[in-house]
Amino acid sequence: MPSYVNPEKCDGCKGGEKTACMYICPNDLMILDTEAMKAYNQEPDQCWECYSCVKICPQGAISVRHYADFSPLGGTCQPMRGTTDIMWTIKFRNGVVKRFKFPIRTTPEGEADPTLGKPDPDLSAIGDNRLFTEVADNVTPAVPEAVAWK
Amino acid sequence: MGKIWSYNPGLPCAEPEIVEKETDILLVGGGMACCGAAVEAVRWAKPAGLRVTLVDKAALERSGAVAMGLSAINTYIGENKPDDYVRMVRCDLMGIIREDLSFDVGRHVDDTVMAFEDWGLPIWKTTEDGKTIDGAEAKAKGLTLRAGAKPVRSGRWQIMINGESYKCIVAEAAKNAMEQLGENGEIIERCFIVRPLMDANEPNRCCGGVGFSVRENKLYIIKAKATLIATGGAVNIFRPRSIAEGQGRAWYPVWNPGSGYAMVLMSGGKLVLMENRFVPARFKDGYGPVGAWFLLFKARATNAFDEDYIAKHKGELEKFKPYSEASVIGTCLRNHAMLIEMKEGRGPIYIHTEWALQEAMKTMDKKEFKKLEAEAWEDFLDMCVTQAGLWACLNIEPEKVPSEIMPTEPYFLGSHAGCAGAWCCGPDEDWVPDQYKEPWKEIGLYNRMTTVKGMFCAGDTVGACGHKFSSGSHVEGRIAAKAMVKFCLDNKDYNPTPKESPEELKKEIYAPWYRFEQYKEATTVYEVNPNYLLPKQIQARLMKLMDEYVAGIATYYQTNKVMLERGLELLTMLKEDMQKAAARDLHELMRAWENIHRVWTAEAHLRHVLFREETRYPGYYYRADFPNIDDENWKCFTLSSIDPETGEWKMEKFPYVQIIPDPLGP
Ligand SMILES: Cc1cc2nc3c(=O)[nH]c(=O)nc-3n(C[C@H](O)[C@H](O)[C@H](O)COP(=O)(O)OP(=O)(O)OC[C@H]3O[C@@H](n4cnc5c(N)ncnc54)[C@H](O)[C@@H]3O)c2cc1C
Ligand code: SF4
Ligand code: SF4
Repeated sequence: MPSYVNPEKCDGCKGGEKTACMYICPNDLMILDTEAMKAYNQEPDQCWECYSCVKICPQGAISVRHYADFSPLGGTCQPMRGTTDIMWTIKFRNGVVKRFKFPIRTTPEGEADPTLGKPDPDLSAIGDNRLFTEVADNVTPAVPEAVAWK
Repeated sequence: MGKIWSYNPGLPCAEPEIVEKETDILLVGGGMACCGAAVEAVRWAKPAGLRVTLVDKAALERSGAVAMGLSAINTYIGENKPDDYVRMVRCDLMGIIREDLSFDVGRHVDDTVMAFEDWGLPIWKTTEDGKTIDGAEAKAKGLTLRAGAKPVRSGRWQIMINGESYKCIVAEAAKNAMEQLGENGEIIERCFIVRPLMDANEPNRCCGGVGFSVRENKLYIIKAKATLIATGGAVNIFRPRSIAEGQGRAWYPVWNPGSGYAMVLMSGGKLVLMENRFVPARFKDGYGPVGAWFLLFKARATNAFDEDYIAKHKGELEKFKPYSEASVIGTCLRNHAMLIEMKEGRGPIYIHTEWALQEAMKTMDKKEFKKLEAEAWEDFLDMCVTQAGLWACLNIEPEKVPSEIMPTEPYFLGSHAGCAGAWCCGPDEDWVPDQYKEPWKEIGLYNRMTTVKGMFCAGDTVGACGHKFSSGSHVEGRIAAKAMVKFCLDNKDYNPTPKESPEELKKEIYAPWYRFEQYKEATTVYEVNPNYLLPKQIQARLMKLMDEYVAGIATYYQTNKVMLERGLELLTMLKEDMQKAAARDLHELMRAWENIHRVWTAEAHLRHVLFREETRYPGYYYRADFPNIDDENWKCFTLSSIDPETGEWKMEKFPYVQIIPDPLGP
């Protein structure tokens, strides 16, 4: 299976209303077996290996066994995602290991300000071609330098 | 009956509860374009007292093409001119684009990129001594785009980012915006929109959308004054190169099934350039991106015998003048040269990562080289982890050995290096030729409105305006959203009244489940039943016939009139069978509708390829019966639509007007 769940680690998100993996999968693949209280990928051949479920699982229960139709067994990429960085451990089939760390964001989670510090625009500008930020900053959008058809 | 079926049930279907909602602005999607639309819509909707509702089939935080992240923002104008941006797009898309739409993206896009950085997206910078630093270090040093710092260009239009959380950040801003509307703003996740609602009293007017929850048995009927369809591109319409598990590893996101293209057709709107497809050359199987390898790390590609196939086929490419003469040869023409080599038996094609990195090693110390190595891996880990995994599985160390590259199966998209999508209105300004305004004179000139009144598009769903990428899609969502607010204000008294009753809608949308319940006992295996087809079976038939008749990988992307006509006969029978789609659970109900959207998109593509009697995009597909570019007869847009009453298709030519003067490319 592209993404797969380790039954020893998965706790079914403690029986919560929605599990983290089910919440996040962009393709609606992860599902909870409510009897076993374990999650599983219900359609492995539609998995994009996007790692959204892997990154979000609070138990670190999800991994990826790369697509069987072209990936020899043994190679893995496992992420550890924090609030500002992500750490990747890459294991080769032949045992070589590489580690990489990359930043993921520069602001505290939750604080993206959609107004960008600008006041609400005046509705009298609704008919012109300026976005709300451009209205606030008094920017006049460009027009072509020259026009071929004229 | 005991359990004899080989089936793991998903969330169960049951008689759905009908949920009716009314809003002013309905945003369908939740990707880059819709997140942009939410941010802009809220700013104007708040003072105007309008309601905004956003619906996504997945969770905003990781939905759409950017779910995994990206390692570059491909459209940032910076020191360039929007005029040259239009030239680049025009040249890469073989001369036919809506230059008004492209210019509009180009002149606004940097504003959105700076917003991304404010919201927390790390953007690489070049320091004064010419060194590259990552986005977090740069921000800590106060080096921001707004403050005039230099981003790291991987190409003339692209800038590098640490983009693992790109979508999380952009979605967060959209959610925070929606929250500011209080009870006038609502986000509904895990709601799949099946189709737009059309007005009972006014033909050609959209009054919202109808869909269902994939988590609970609820049917959503959402009435709206203005509706944005920004559902991304279309994937897995053609048989993919992978044959089993790997089918999910499409290059473009496998969860975007072309809903937007289908919805435009269903409502009588017009599509443009649906013959255009994108066949990217990517790392074989894992579909890792090649852009940074070519542009940033300066890797070269060769055939099996170390020959540079682009240089080798210079003469052949000259057949496609003037498109072959630009400073950067068009993407499809580079594919064309590669395909000649593959067809003539000189594959595999290699990208020489090892030459590029060894060359770099000569001028770098150990620490610098380590950083370069990390950058190369990050390119994959940020947006295509599979490729990193595949290297690990195959023991490929890119500094030691080359990797294979190969053209993928075809995809449809209007925001990446392609231009299939809806025929939309542009800005109503002096420099825009009257011909481009004419189609909207009757229903109103609202930026990014389709030919259906009240229905807008942005991102991948807008046609004839490619190379917007993530940033351009976001800003196009913003452009559309502002126009939608204006539309609502101009139509204050409009009262959306759907044609169908809630009961009728429920019957239509839950039909695949009703059919399953009706017939499931006719067999001992759910998968083989003469009364219905499961979504996977519909998809398999579609992919096979598109592959074999409509220029998929099976024929090296070649087709002709006779093949296309045969393909259409088979597709027509599939459309009949599609009426017998069955779904066993909520997940399959979504799959059933996704595949119905795929079939609509596929038919539009087939008909456009049949209509355009030339080979406009050699390397993406070939009309073997018309193997050349024919500017005299075909330097024009192609439009398709379906009469909603009769179901008849209509194909038209629409004149192309050049706005930005020559040269063709920048
Ligand atoms: C592998 C890859 C690499 C890329 N590289 C780059 C790059 O380096 N730089 C760059 O700038 N761009 C890049 N792009 C392009 C960029 O991701 C797209 O241009 C952009 O995401 C398009 O935005 P969109 O809103 O149109 O579609 P998306 O972002 O795909 O959003 C579509 C949304 O619609 C929702 N949806 C679909 N159907 C329905 C339905 N029926 N009902 C409800 N919701 C629905 C989806 O869940 C999703 O939220 C890349 C894309 C991919 C896949
Ligand atoms: S997120 Fe992890 S722990 Fe929670 S259900 Fe999924 S696999 Fe189990
Ligand atoms: S890797 Fe992505 S597509 Fe696959 S199950 Fe996890 S979240 Fe879904």
